[in-house]
Amino acid sequence: MAAGQSAVEARGISKVFPGGVKALDDVSVTIRENEFFTLLGPSGCGKTTLLRLIAGFEFPSAGEILLHGLDIAHLPPDRRPVNTVFQHYALFPHMTVAENVGFGLRMQGRPKGEIDRAVDQALALVKMADYGARRPSQLSGGQQQRVAFARAIAPRPQVLLLDEPLSALDLKLRQAMRGELKTLQRETGITFIFVTHDQEEALTMSDRIAVMSAGKIQQIGAPLDIYESPVNHFVADFIGDSNFIEGAIDTIKGDAAVVKTPDGIAIAARMNGPHKAGDRIAVALRPEKILLGAGKLKGEVREAVYLGTSTSYVIALGRAVTLSVREANDLSGKARFAVGDTVKLDIPAGAARMLAD
Amino acid sequence: MLRSTTSNWFGVAPAWLVIGIFGLLPMFIMLAISFMVQDPYGGVEWGFSTEAYVQFLFERDLDDSLILNTIYVNIVARSIGLAAMTTILCLIIGLPVAYFIARQPEDKRNLYMLLITIPFWTNLLIRTYAWILILTRNGVVDARLQWFGFEPGTFDLLYTNTAIFIGLVYSYLPFMVLPLYASLEKMDFRLIEAASDLYASKWQAARHVIIPLARPGIVAGSLLVFIPSIGAFIAPELLGGGKRMMLGSLIYFQFATARNWPFGAAVSILLMAFVMIALLVYARAAKGQGLPAGGH
Ligand SMILES: Nc1ncnc2c1ncn2[C@@H]1O[C@H](COP(=O)(O)OP(=O)(O)O)[C@@H](O)[C@H]1O
Ligand SMILES: [Mg+2]
Repeated sequence: MAAGQSAVEARGISKVFPGGVKALDDVSVTIRENEFFTLLGPSGCGKTTLLRLIAGFEFPSAGEILLHGLDIAHLPPDRRPVNTVFQHYALFPHMTVAENVGFGLRMQGRPKGEIDRAVDQALALVKMADYGARRPSQLSGGQQQRVAFARAIAPRPQVLLLDEPLSALDLKLRQAMRGELKTLQRETGITFIFVTHDQEEALTMSDRIAVMSAGKIQQIGAPLDIYESPVNHFVADFIGDSNFIEGAIDTIKGDAAVVKTPDGIAIAARMNGPHKAGDRIAVALRPEKILLGAGKLKGEVREAVYLGTSTSYVIALGRAVTLSVREANDLSGKARFAVGDTVKLDIPAGAARMLAD
Repeated sequence: MLRSTTSNWFGVAPAWLVIGIFGLLPMFIMLAISFMVQDPYGGVEWGFSTEAYVQFLFERDLDDSLILNTIYVNIVARSIGLAAMTTILCLIIGLPVAYFIARQPEDKRNLYMLLITIPFWTNLLIRTYAWILILTRNGVVDARLQWFGFEPGTFDLLYTNTAIFIGLVYSYLPFMVLPLYASLEKMDFRLIEAASDLYASKWQAARHVIIPLARPGIVAGSLLVFIPSIGAFIAPELLGGGKRMMLGSLIYFQFATARNWPFGAAVSILLMAFVMIALLVYARAAKGQGLPAGGH
């Protein structure tokens, strides 16, 4: 990946819709060239709005959008070298597949030979070479999806915008398409900005992810950073599962600190931000990072749920703290503990992470 | 099997009855009259004659030889031309109007459609008389334009082809807007976003996406305007002053004044035949586009 060069840069973007809905609130983000960048967040958080601002279907209430350094925020969509794969495909029903794919190039007034070549190439890329003469209504959902990709890629845009393109497909197809999309991005070298509310999709496909909530970007980072080092409660909760424990900082030693809960349970946590001893703080703890069977802490198993490859426990520590813990099942496939058992727990240093809020 | 066909037959019988009594029967009466002989006192006499159809194209000289007569053909051509122009202007006005309405929020759409149909609440004859006041010398248009220094009577449009044309467009515009709206309302407007995303200008999006998708409405609307325009009677009579004979007036004249029923019937039949041929050609052209022929 050619890092550094910015493909799209949003600077202080806000969008207020008539009626007063503030869909985006001072959003700034830089998307690098040739990057697979994902906007991840719950429904209604403003992902589509940000994409539509980049495409040119909406105009920002404040802020600017740069494409390779040039402000495009007030150009109409047909003047931006950016194409969109729409959530509901939006294929032209009165045109054949080939006419759909060639539409962008035709509107640009390219010569016919070039259009034909680009259409063949784009259809081959999405493995739809034999379907050029069909109409969209004669295709399955997955095939229409491929045609929508081909149509958006054929004019070779600098940036491709994808608004939850897989959400209408069934699970198996969706999983297969993830790999294909990733390959497509690598082969074409086009910058992808991909919108989804599905964290698994985001984690498996992206180079970097921006987690959004309520019109704001909460955190930007590689999938590993987002999962391992969530900065706040929202990110830790939205991506994967987390236990949230509240307490006060007891001692600090360099990067490591000990957080004590009101009933005296001590948890080792990594420092995050300028805190001092005595500060009230919340930590996030992934269920699969807690070790069972040994350690200084003691708890009682309240629930044990068999999940196939693993077992999910709810364990009570003292009166105030209950943790959810996930442990891989051993060779026998059986859970090691039953409801009512008393178990020892260990929270390894670095497993718990302090949150900013 | 038998049961179901019998009950089907009973099901559609009322429809056939209505079509037969109100549609086919009058047509056959008309066809029959067109082949009868003119009665000197006004009605028709029994007997078979093609004289009415001959009269449409030829005049009989004193020695009974036939001379080509283009008066009636000219009337037909003028009527078709005016109907075609009316259809085109209705389309040019109706398409943006229907598009505008279809893009409004739901409650406003219904209000606008109500406004489009309001003229139907008043009789066409009365509305056409209103146009006389607007178009006449010192009428609404002429008087206002005198303020800008035009001589009185410069815009005395009454009893001109322009007046007929204005009257026809006014009368039939709703018949264009309604079917256009019906097909545009069903359109997915995200397709227009997709088109502009793919570098189509506003005009290109209209040409390559909106108009092709509105085609069923364009076909239906054009027929609904063109067919009644050809035989229109009220606008040519009142606004054209009957000076320039149109098909509708010609037919009326044959039945009411000239008392030549066979000839009036023959012109009607010819008009109907022309419309039917035009319909077939149109339907075939629409089918060639892989789209529903006419209607919806
Ligand atoms: N055209 C619009 N008019 C008014 N409000 C809108 C419009 N489009 C989106 N919104 C509102 O803006 C917020 C963000 O919407 P959206 O960007 O579609 O979210 P997401 O794609 O993340 O689900 C929502 O509250 C939505 O209701
Ligand atoms: Mg959305």
